[in-house]
Amino acid sequence: MRRLWNFPGGIRLPGFKQLSNSEAIRNLPVPERVYLPLRQHIGAEAKPVVAVGERVKKGQLLAEATSFVSAPVHASISGMVIDIGEHTMPHPSGITEDCIVIESDGEDHWYSALAPLADIDNATPAQLRDAIREAGIVGLGGAVFPSAAKLKPPRSIETLIINGVECEPYITCDDLLMRSSAEVVLRGCLLLQRILNAGQCILAVEDNKPEAMKKLRFALDIMINADEPGVKAIELVGIPTVFPAGGEKQLIKVLTGQEVPSGGLPYELGVVCLNVGTTAAVHDAILLGRPLVSRIVTVTGSGIKSPGNYRVPLGTPIHVLLDAAGGAEGEAELIMGGPMMGQRLTTSQAMVVKGTNCILVNKPELQTMQMPCIRCGRCANACPMKLLPQQLYWHARGKTFDKLKRYQLDSCIECGCCNLVCPSHIPLVSYFRYAKTEIADQTFKHKRSEESRLRSEIRQERLERIKREAEERKARRKAARSKPKVKKTAHPAEEDASQTQEVSNG
Amino acid sequence: MAELPTVIKVSEGAPFMSPAVDVGRVMRRVIYALLPGLLAYLWFYGWGPLINLVYVITSALLFEALMLVIRQRPLWPFLSDGSAVLTACLLALSLPPLAPWWLAVLGSFIAIVFAKQLYGGLGYNPFNPAMAAYAVLLISFPLEMSQWPLPMELQNQILSLVDSFRYTLNGQLPTDLSFDAISSATLLDKLRTDTGLGQSVSDVRNAPVFGLIAGKGTEWVSLGYLLGGLALLWLRIISWHIPVSMLVALAAMAGMGFLIDPQQHADPLLQLFGGASILGAFFIATDPVTAATTAHGKLIYGAGIGILVYAIRTWGAYPDGVAFAVLLMGMTVPLLDQYMVPRVFGARRKDWRE
Repeated sequence: MRRLWNFPGGIRLPGFKQLSNSEAIRNLPVPERVYLPLRQHIGAEAKPVVAVGERVKKGQLLAEATSFVSAPVHASISGMVIDIGEHTMPHPSGITEDCIVIESDGEDHWYSALAPLADIDNATPAQLRDAIREAGIVGLGGAVFPSAAKLKPPRSIETLIINGVECEPYITCDDLLMRSSAEVVLRGCLLLQRILNAGQCILAVEDNKPEAMKKLRFALDIMINADEPGVKAIELVGIPTVFPAGGEKQLIKVLTGQEVPSGGLPYELGVVCLNVGTTAAVHDAILLGRPLVSRIVTVTGSGIKSPGNYRVPLGTPIHVLLDAAGGAEGEAELIMGGPMMGQRLTTSQAMVVKGTNCILVNKPELQTMQMPCIRCGRCANACPMKLLPQQLYWHARGKTFDKLKRYQLDSCIECGCCNLVCPSHIPLVSYFRYAKTEIADQTFKHKRSEESRLRSEIRQERLERIKREAEERKARRKAARSKPKVKKTAHPAEEDASQTQEVSNG
Repeated sequence: MAELPTVIKVSEGAPFMSPAVDVGRVMRRVIYALLPGLLAYLWFYGWGPLINLVYVITSALLFEALMLVIRQRPLWPFLSDGSAVLTACLLALSLPPLAPWWLAVLGSFIAIVFAKQLYGGLGYNPFNPAMAAYAVLLISFPLEMSQWPLPMELQNQILSLVDSFRYTLNGQLPTDLSFDAISSATLLDKLRTDTGLGQSVSDVRNAPVFGLIAGKGTEWVSLGYLLGGLALLWLRIISWHIPVSMLVALAAMAGMGFLIDPQQHADPLLQLFGGASILGAFFIATDPVTAATTAHGKLIYGAGIGILVYAIRTWGAYPDGVAFAVLLMGMTVPLLDQYMVPRVFGARRKDWRE
């Protein structure tokens, strides 16, 4: 039995998982149109390689990655590219971004050139990583960081952690994935372990998912009995259900007892952490040759008639998905992600993207009045990062940003624990997000003004140096002239001319 | 991003779950936790504490409402948050039973108007309102504030509810009764004066007001508060830091004195269960608004109160010192909050103080 640690703070939440985890994953019928944003990941936007009017097949490359931290986009259905232009993104602001729009031909054919990686047994880690990059795989837990970049850490890795914790209430897409495709997940683990050459691989599941654990255990036992290489290094670990145990830093603490340094990344501890959905996508990319063109999305909440999990082509408009789930009933609000860290969407016209793990439709919360802070400190007790949300709140309100830095606002993971336990119902996370944006803005402006100040200082210095040098020359010449007392030769005009020239040369 | 309004607004972003607690619920639970102590108080001292509660709570709500109107704040949310009632309860339970009505009303005026609302109301008062009022009353009206009735088992005649009310209104007792017959110095008072006169602690222990471990009656009231306080700990309404550090510091000080000279210094149990130690530790020093907020800060804050309580009781001019100790340590809170900051997850220790 592996020793487990506790992370500080955290809260126990009602799960609401049974709403959506009782039925198998359903395939969403091919939508008429999909809207595939060029940026569904952290990093640089992908560059289109198709033109409007072109016919594409499912899995065909539409846009290629433009840098190390970037990810390509593939057609999620077969059909015709009818538009490349701005469409509403799944974001609270309703911002628009460039998307490739495909109209379905109703046939849903895979691109014929797709093939599994040749000679997998002898493939090098670099080859495996390239296959992952080309498949457009990003972190499917919601962080959407390009996985290939994560799999090339600057130091050796001892521990690979596969995150099947799924600690947010309501969401069950990872649970259902592990139940239905335990072997796929485990084979994905083996591939990732090969890439990283990690000594151990821990697959962590919160103990509120006994069914998933059972299926994984069963599949792992079969693989162990078949004596497959590397499989003995995989360890299944059930961890206590405390929100946010699925946060990367919290999970690493629970499993290894180590704390990811402030401002640092897990690889510094020799740890890499990936989500189970990502792991399954890695399996599909390498062993089946299938790029990331769909994902499992939980559609749930009190406002949904038949909640459940769907395998959804990327780019599917959310309203299509809602209709498939029986439609939203009554007055309801639309949230992408979980109730703790998700984002409220203003329109169901926006599409499912790589990071969409859940569409939550709930009756709006009763609006409660915000009371003054009574300094009870529940927020600090709940904070998994051991911050002092109450002090941060005061300083965010007072816009004393240097104090916010001192209290390490940048360590805040916006998990919402402090916000939820606050008896005064202060929207702490909203304040923190606001302050973070302000600080980033200020830092940017400060940096820019600092740069221009530096530039002007350098220029000033240069001008002064030139002037000084000219004067020195002048003085020298004067001295030279006065010493031998030879007859005057140079005209004063000539001297002026040489000076101007110096300046323009400088 | 639009500027967030600062006083009253509703949640904009995540989380989208219903909060489990609200201020009113927290305050009400603290009030309920006072019940065991209150019942013991009534059992041993008759109607006096209840009459105090009626005066103080009624007037506190009136003053609170009046100030909210003047300050143009919404009435219902702030009247129903329970904070004024809790302040009133703590003040009423600190006053001598059978105190005159005007003392109770004046106390509630000082607590609510001066100590709380003039500083900005709920959450903004730098000092514990109940203790600020108590201290002002104690200094201004030493006579009225030190007339404590005897526990009922030492009284020959027990005042009825009507007689008790009448006495608090006009100071008139039934004809055959004088106040001296039903009042006495409290145990801590007696301890202070008697040891000051050269008598030993064992003489005090033989006095009729001495019960099993501390004052007759009051020891049971303290046990009642202890029960309620443990319930608050159990329900996680309060954290253990302040009560434990305060009581441990008080007991440690008392223990040292007791070891040095048991004839001049009372034992730790008497210090813990005599006077307002338990009430102070679980209900007064733990007032979130005026206490330190971080774990380390709370330990220092609590220990400071414990030490000061002992110092005032032993060397000061007053028999008990909870109110003064709480107010004095309240002054250190901004400093404690500033410097007793926990290490942030993932930070190295040296990161956090520059």
